[in-house]
Amino acid sequence: MLRLHDVTKEFRVGAFGGKSVAAVKGVSFEVVPGEVVSLIGESGSGKSTIGRMILGLNPVTSGSITFDGLPVRAGKEYYRRVQGIFQDPFSSFNPVFKADRVFSMIKEAYYPSVPEAEWRERIATSLRDVRLNPDQVLGKYPHQLSGGQLQRLLIARALLLDIKLLVADEITSMLDASTRIDVLNLLAELKARGLSVLYITHDLSLGNYLAERTLVLRRGSVVEMGLTERVFGDPLHPYTRELLSAVPRLHTAWDDAAPVETCVYHDRGGSDGLVEAEPGHFVACARLATCS
Amino acid sequence: MTVIQEVAPREPAGVRREALYFAARNGKLMTGFGIVAVLFLLGLLGPLLVGGAPNEYGPKPMTPPSGEHWFGTTTFGQDVFTQFVHGLRSTFAVGVIGGGIAAVIGMLVGFVAGYRGGIVDEILNMLTNVILVIPTLAVLLIINAYLGIRSVAVQGLFIGLTQWPWAARAIRAQTFSLRTREFVDLARMSGAGTGRIIAREIAPNMSSYLFMTFILLFGGSVLIASSLDFIGLGPTEGVSLGLMLQNANQWSALQLGLWWWFVPPGAAITAIVGALYVANVGLDEVFNPKLRET
Repeated sequence: MLRLHDVTKEFRVGAFGGKSVAAVKGVSFEVVPGEVVSLIGESGSGKSTIGRMILGLNPVTSGSITFDGLPVRAGKEYYRRVQGIFQDPFSSFNPVFKADRVFSMIKEAYYPSVPEAEWRERIATSLRDVRLNPDQVLGKYPHQLSGGQLQRLLIARALLLDIKLLVADEITSMLDASTRIDVLNLLAELKARGLSVLYITHDLSLGNYLAERTLVLRRGSVVEMGLTERVFGDPLHPYTRELLSAVPRLHTAWDDAAPVETCVYHDRGGSDGLVEAEPGHFVACARLATCS
Repeated sequence: MTVIQEVAPREPAGVRREALYFAARNGKLMTGFGIVAVLFLLGLLGPLLVGGAPNEYGPKPMTPPSGEHWFGTTTFGQDVFTQFVHGLRSTFAVGVIGGGIAAVIGMLVGFVAGYRGGIVDEILNMLTNVILVIPTLAVLLIINAYLGIRSVAVQGLFIGLTQWPWAARAIRAQTFSLRTREFVDLARMSGAGTGRIIAREIAPNMSSYLFMTFILLFGGSVLIASSLDFIGLGPTEGVSLGLMLQNANQWSALQLGLWWWFVPPGAAITAIVGALYVANVGLDEVFNPKLRET
């Protein structure tokens, strides 16, 4: 379905774009229908950049991103199938307009011929799908609604289109704990209806909660990729182990991350540097100084 | 997960009707616009009602305000009120033409440079900076002297063409910060193009800012026009408020105690620009739902 092939992103920096910084280096993966894939990495690992490239908000430097063969550049037709939600619900709404304007924008662009009454019915249905009371959220300004309500409004907006993939970029980071689990459960429901979700997060436990497959990113490349229980249960890459050891645990004092062991895969790298350690479980050479 | 049942009233009012509703209830906006409207109507209708040429010499020089000469007369017996209403007219013309042209160019350059970024921004920014460092008044002097500009409209045109750079820079900076906001991404994912995003997402967020830009450019145009008039490069036919001030100064109205000669034009310039500022504060409240007093 969604296929990334050797995607690279370089940002031009400095006066007249004299220098460039590689944010994403040769990333390839695929998301199949009805699957939740989580993209885990620390700040600056390129996870949000990948999300933005999938949403066509940043162009790729090289490589290709296609959805059922449809390139990102297809614009409107592509967005009919792929939509995204971002981290900050308050910045996702234009503060000078009412929050339900996001629905009318969809109507203008995709369903101009649907009669008003039927459209209102569709909005009500999709609001109920995200457990919102239409009377409570329609006709309000963004600052009159809570973060959880706003994020759900955005999910409802995406549901008005017949989307197949939702890119969720840190959508729960600005929500409180109980709202967060509500939104996650909502995503699980959508998944049960056959929607794929690309869940981008820096929070390991949230990634773990939903996803069938997990990709661990580090400095713009995938270091480990596989079924969530395998990646979390038997992490092969030293960086993944380091990440997992950094998860705070109850009644356990934090001690410094275990020293990174020498990478055992460095001489076995495939074309994109990933080795299939076991079926469906890929891991990269650590490319550490100690490894060469 | 539970949903709290709460019945909220549905307000079907459209965005425009709502803005109008808040505008009509806003005292600052109404006061500001009221003052400007009165002066504008005076400039528009005054010359028709008063009659007579503004620079015509009269038999009674230096008379204080009276029933016959509402604002008194000048050293040459010219009727100050007649000059005032004609001056208002050309001042509004220069302000609207000069401020309008500068605002349109400034917004166009600022929005495009700020939204597109990259090489487009580099080029537009370079152009802006080049025009910004050119000493405007000197250029206007040369243009005026060589082309012999003698009408208010052409004066306004040239003022507008040289005044836009700082407006472009200010709008570019605002656009830069707004375009990274996620609602712009959301609009792109709703299939909106560049022009639509600028007009429907970015500009509404800075509408009071844009209006203030126009007010400042309007005021700036009036003042630059007065300076040009002062050096004798203003419109030769007719009068402007700046020209009145200049004449009053030149013929020592202050020293001779002819206060009625320079107070009306000075007060009018101040009132127009000041009232527009007050209106702008009100507009901010109308456009920004968070500032509304409800």
